[in-house]
Amino acid sequence: MADINIQDIIKPENLVYKKTRLMTDKTLSYCPGCGHGTTHRLIMEVVEELGMEYETIGVAPVGCSVLAYEFMNVDMQEAAHGRAPAVATGIKRLWPDKLVFTYQGDGDLAAIGTGETIHACNRGENIVIVFINNGIYGMTGGQMAPTTLVGMKTSTTPYGRDVEMMGNPLKITELVAQLPGTYYVTRQAVHTPSAVRKAKRAIKKAFENQLNKKPGLSFVEVVSNCNSGWKMSPVDANNWMEENMFPFYNLGDIKVDGKLVTK
Amino acid sequence: MGELRLMKGNEALAEAAIRAGVDGYFGYPITPQSEVIEYLTAEKPYERTGMVVLQAESEVASINMLYGAGATGKKVMTSSSSPGISLMQEGISYIAGAEIPVVLVNVVRGGPGLGDIQPSQSDYFQTTKGGGHGDYRLIALAPSSVQEMSDFVPLAFELAFKYRNPAIIISDGAIGQMMEKVELFEQMPRLTDEEIREKYRWATNGKLKDGTRRVITSLDLDPHKLEEHNLKLQAKYREIEEKEVRYEMLQCEDAEYIIVAYGLSARISQKAIQLLREKGHKVGLLRPITIWPFPKKQIDELVKKGVKGFLSVEMSAGQMVEDVKLAVNGRVKVEHFGRLGGVIHSPEEVVAAMENKIIGG
Amino acid sequence: MTEEIIIAGFGGQGVLSMGKILAYSGIMQDKEVSWMPSYGPEMRGGTANVTVIISDERISSPILEVFDTAIILNQQSMDKFEKTVKPGGVLLYDPNGISRHPERKDINIYKIEGAKLAAEMGNLKIFNMVVLGAFLAIKPIVNLENVMKGLKKSLPERYHKLLPLNEDAIRLGMKNVITVQEV
Ligand SMILES: Cc1ncc(C[n+]2csc(CCOP(=O)(O)OP(=O)(O)O)c2C)c(N)n1
Ligand code: SF4
Ligand SMILES: [Mg+2]
Repeated sequence: MADINIQDIIKPENLVYKKTRLMTDKTLSYCPGCGHGTTHRLIMEVVEELGMEYETIGVAPVGCSVLAYEFMNVDMQEAAHGRAPAVATGIKRLWPDKLVFTYQGDGDLAAIGTGETIHACNRGENIVIVFINNGIYGMTGGQMAPTTLVGMKTSTTPYGRDVEMMGNPLKITELVAQLPGTYYVTRQAVHTPSAVRKAKRAIKKAFENQLNKKPGLSFVEVVSNCNSGWKMSPVDANNWMEENMFPFYNLGDIKVDGKLVTK
Repeated sequence: MGELRLMKGNEALAEAAIRAGVDGYFGYPITPQSEVIEYLTAEKPYERTGMVVLQAESEVASINMLYGAGATGKKVMTSSSSPGISLMQEGISYIAGAEIPVVLVNVVRGGPGLGDIQPSQSDYFQTTKGGGHGDYRLIALAPSSVQEMSDFVPLAFELAFKYRNPAIIISDGAIGQMMEKVELFEQMPRLTDEEIREKYRWATNGKLKDGTRRVITSLDLDPHKLEEHNLKLQAKYREIEEKEVRYEMLQCEDAEYIIVAYGLSARISQKAIQLLREKGHKVGLLRPITIWPFPKKQIDELVKKGVKGFLSVEMSAGQMVEDVKLAVNGRVKVEHFGRLGGVIHSPEEVVAAMENKIIGG
Repeated sequence: MTEEIIIAGFGGQGVLSMGKILAYSGIMQDKEVSWMPSYGPEMRGGTANVTVIISDERISSPILEVFDTAIILNQQSMDKFEKTVKPGGVLLYDPNGISRHPERKDINIYKIEGAKLAAEMGNLKIFNMVVLGAFLAIKPIVNLENVMKGLKKSLPERYHKLLPLNEDAIRLGMKNVITVQEV
């Protein structure tokens, strides 16, 4: 076998993958193995593929992805904790031809921002919500989220989430799927190459729905690990996620083209 | 001369919003200002000018819709009354931090808490000293007539955009609910999307063709950079204090005593001055039109001219009086008079307060 | 000229709209006007009152304790507002439902049988226009032509067919004022 050197590898004809221009060169602030970075990339790839670079306005949340605007190379706004769907509503109502999306964690979207989430969905705002469910408050150091599984240990449920005291984990995605205002609702993951490909197709579909002015909101949940918050290695976190999160948060489409998917 | 109409303050404000070429209104009903959104929804401004009107699910949502829409360079406003404005404070702080030009309206009612639905001026501190967290200021215009409810809408937008700062129109239940003659100004055009993109290069409405992207945020995790940002904000506030103080003086030329009052209280005090003058007292009225920036210099000049005492008349337990005292700085007597909880003082009560607390006191 | 008026009665007697029409008429006659509905506990219990000011000059306080004219349409309002008329001022009332008639000696007092006349005209809704007519006979601060213009402005289009009826009611009121005492 002939030796290959770096010069051969970087030949244009050998190029198999390139970082999208719509991700900045700024080093991601996320922990290695965290799903935030991958999901950012997928969104930006979709925007680029749709040729909407100049027509897109994103809304970052408060949470680990608070700095999403440093990484996503489009016009961005940073919203207050939980308020991104209201912020996006304001933008979209006045610029109905732009692509508008929010990017939110589970604390942001399903706890402090529940009201804004439900009502943006219920009004059928023609926007995309990308929702990172890692079952925990990553940014503030691993406290319980509304999505924390029963028995799961966090820094505010040190003995495991107790249903009697803290209620049940909230499947907000199934909940918004019930609203007539949502057009597309799906749950994805980004922990394996095949999951990443599926998630990208879902995100693309969501953005295409908006572009084609389909009636309603497109909602993409991404179940992701928070290895730091869960206090596991990235590999263990992904295994734990498959064993514990997916059985409760089932992956797949929940509502497509305005119709609930029957399983 | 523009069209003359008999209108409620709240209606005049809503009509002015349409005529000022406002792009969007987001609000949540609360007495005594629900006429604003009711008028707007009835008038179908989306047919008249293309203006968007949306009833939000809460004041928290409305202020954040303002954040989003305002950050794209559009002219957007909301209105509410005291409890709703309290709920908006988080968003207002973010808007001030991110320097988004929006217009807020507070038709103040009695507090604290749910309070009542009567007119009050007890939100002065909240309006002029912050309200939300952080070092920031709102440009605060206080109309004292239905005419000013209309006229201050375009003025508030002009100031908001000039300084990229939120401006607030602070009214009260009485000015909102009473009817007076208004001369409506002519319809102003709305800016086109292209004009907005050209004019407000900071606005996030899709990357510029040269690749420039814009970010609207109030966050900077580096304290030194955040200090720099704060210093820039402070410099802007000093400039506003320098250039944008608005006030009215009535019968101050020969006045030995001055009533300082804004909004409805200024109207009541105007009558009180007439009654006091009939009794032989030389009393004048200083009416701050901007309660922030506050007419400090004007008060200082009045003291230097020999005014012997000031009475701050406000429907509160004494909030603006602190600013009057700061301006007077101990040189002459300053007292407060005002009824609380939504009770409106009569001109006669103001006369008595002036006689007892300042002239005789 | 500044005329400070309180109109007080039951809700449903058209107190607020009478004030509004008066104020609108003032605008038609190039006056400054203000219309301030009652605030405070008196809003409850079915009573309604409104302060209307019509002036050649910029209007100061829309909130007043004493008035040039009180138009009083029920007993509660009589008890409350008789004392607020300035000495030499005017008190106009409808005796219908009044058990204690005005007692002051230092003011001009007039009566109008508004309810009765409106009933005779077959339309109780125009009661307030009869009373307005009576007031304008006593204090012609705005002329009938401008009142009609004001009425037209303040009535929604669909009620414009009722304008002649309203004009008749105002004229009827103008003719039927009864002088109780003049000072
Ligand atoms: C009003 C307000 N309350 C609390 C916080 C603190 N805070 C910041 S992020 C966060 C939780 C974020 O969790 P999540 O949305 O799940 O995002 P993650 O970090 O897990 O991606 C909290 C509570 C805040 N910034 N603002
Ligand atoms: S704390 Fe969790 S959510 Fe945040 S970057 Fe690290 S792994 Fe991701
Ligand atoms: Mg989370």
